[in-house]
Formats: sequence, structure tokens, C-alpha cells
Amino acid sequence: MKKKWYDWLWVASLAYLTLGFFNILFAWLGLLCFFIPLIIAAVKGTKGYCNRYCGRGQLFSLLGGRFGLSRKRDIPRWMKSKPFRYGFLIFFFAMFFLMLWNTYLVFAGARDLQQVVTLLWTFKLPWHWAYHGALFHPGVAQFAFGFYSVMLTSTVLGLVTMALFKPRSWCVYCPMGTMTQLICKIKNPQ
Amino acid sequence: MTVLRKKRKAFVSQHDCVACGCCVKVCPMDAITIFHGLYAQVHRDKCVGCGKCAKECPASVIELQEVTI
Ligand code: SF4
Ligand code: SF4
Ligand code: SF4
Repeated sequence: MKKKWYDWLWVASLAYLTLGFFNILFAWLGLLCFFIPLIIAAVKGTKGYCNRYCGRGQLFSLLGGRFGLSRKRDIPRWMKSKPFRYGFLIFFFAMFFLMLWNTYLVFAGARDLQQVVTLLWTFKLPWHWAYHGALFHPGVAQFAFGFYSVMLTSTVLGLVTMALFKPRSWCVYCPMGTMTQLICKIKNPQ
Repeated sequence: MTVLRKKRKAFVSQHDCVACGCCVKVCPMDAITIFHGLYAQVHRDKCVGCGKCAKECPASVIELQEVTI
């Protein structure tokens, strides 16, 4: 099949993760991977983002496929069950709102900026080199650290399940994938 | 007299499909579409039963079955 421009979006995903390593403020760009899928699902009632544009999915299929970094086994049944997928979606959003709350506290001046990236909602990685200060309110940076944590965590989880199961196993329980499918279900009742 | 032939075709368990579209991307015959972001639909007459989609599907919800046509 002929490659289209959007088949190269994995480069953008890779660039995103790299840029965030040097300057955390780039993390704000990640909002695009949040709003675009939701807008496509809400307006068109399709998973067009997953089906075409998602660079993260492409990255996994490239690494797990062409680069052979995947065992290519079946994903366990429970991981594709609705309770797990919806449960993970809820957990993910709970953590997301916690992150927004922490950002709010920094904006409100009730808390100092924490220059760390939190991996898997637990491990705090030092990341201070990626913050160069001053230009914006510390809250702007706090959101960037928080959002980058979300993106890095999902990438790491995705890489682990890519290695263990099929390359794009992450897509089975990806919160954005589950949520866009849910929106499609509501929009297109059967 | 009609001749009965067996052919392999892809079948999707639509209930478990996550509509990710990985199968669409690998199908050499363009035989799969994602129906309204809900599940994958195989167009039976286009499918040649190569099995690429089943291999790719991260949820492993595609099976090849023999059908008589
Ligand atoms: S399920 Fe998630 S990772 Fe997979 S294509 Fe959709 S948004 Fe991208
Ligand atoms: S078996 Fe081959 S031709 Fe049939 S839908 Fe799957 S990838 Fe396409
Ligand atoms: S790859 Fe599997 S889960 Fe994804 S749309 Fe196709 S059949 Fe559904």
C-alpha cells in the first residue's frame, strides 16, 4: 500500500518524547493527542484518529513489527475484557485529574513547582534539566511536567505490552482508544 | 450442477473488537473497514483469507474460517 503523509506521524510521537527531555514546555503539544481524537469521535462519530493518525500506535507497530521487539503472542483475555478496559480508563482519568489538581495548587501558589516526571504514577524521576524557568508562571511548567508524565507512562506501559504481546497491544486498553470507541457507541446507537 | 468450493475468510468477533484499525492497515485487499468507530467489518467478497489481519490484531479477535461458496 502507498504510504500517505499520516503514515509518518510516528516521527512526531518520537520527536515529542525527545523534545520533552530537553524542554518540558513542549509537553503542552501533547494536548493535541487528547483533543484531536475526541473531536473526531464527537463530530464524525469515528475512530479516525486511531485508524489513521495516531503516531504512538504507528511507533509500536514499527518497533514491534519491523524491528522485531515483540513476542507477538495473544494478549490475555482479561486485558481485552470490558471491565479492565473501562476500569483502566477510569483509573487513568482519576490520575489525570489529580495531576490537574496539583497544577492548580501551583497556580494558586499553595504549592511549589515540582520538577519531576512521575513514571507509572509512582516513581519520581529527576527532570530539572528540562526546565529553564522564568518566562511563564510555574503552574504552566507544572502542567507540562504532569502531562509529560502521563505521556511517558503510557509509552512505557505500551512498550512493555508491545514486547510481551502483539506490537499494538496498548491499543486494546489505551484510554483514548476506549474513550473514542465509547463516544462512537453513544453517537451511533445500534 | 454447482461446484462447491471451500475458501478461508476472516471473521471478527465484533463484541470484543476495539476498533483500532490495525487490521485495516495490513489488509492487502482493502477488505476491512471500521464501522462507525465500533468494530471491524470484513467484506467477504474481497477477502482472500491471507490471515494478515488476524496476525496483526492486537486483541486477537479475528479468526479465519472455512466457508463454502
Ligand atoms: S488506541 Fe490509543 S495508541 Fe492506539 S491508535 Fe488509538 S489513540 Fe493511538
Ligand atoms: S484475511 Fe487477508 S484479505 Fe482477508 S481481511 Fe484479513 S488481511 Fe484482508
Ligand atoms: S485489529 Fe482487531 S481489534 Fe483492531 S479493529 Fe481490527 S479486528 Fe478490531
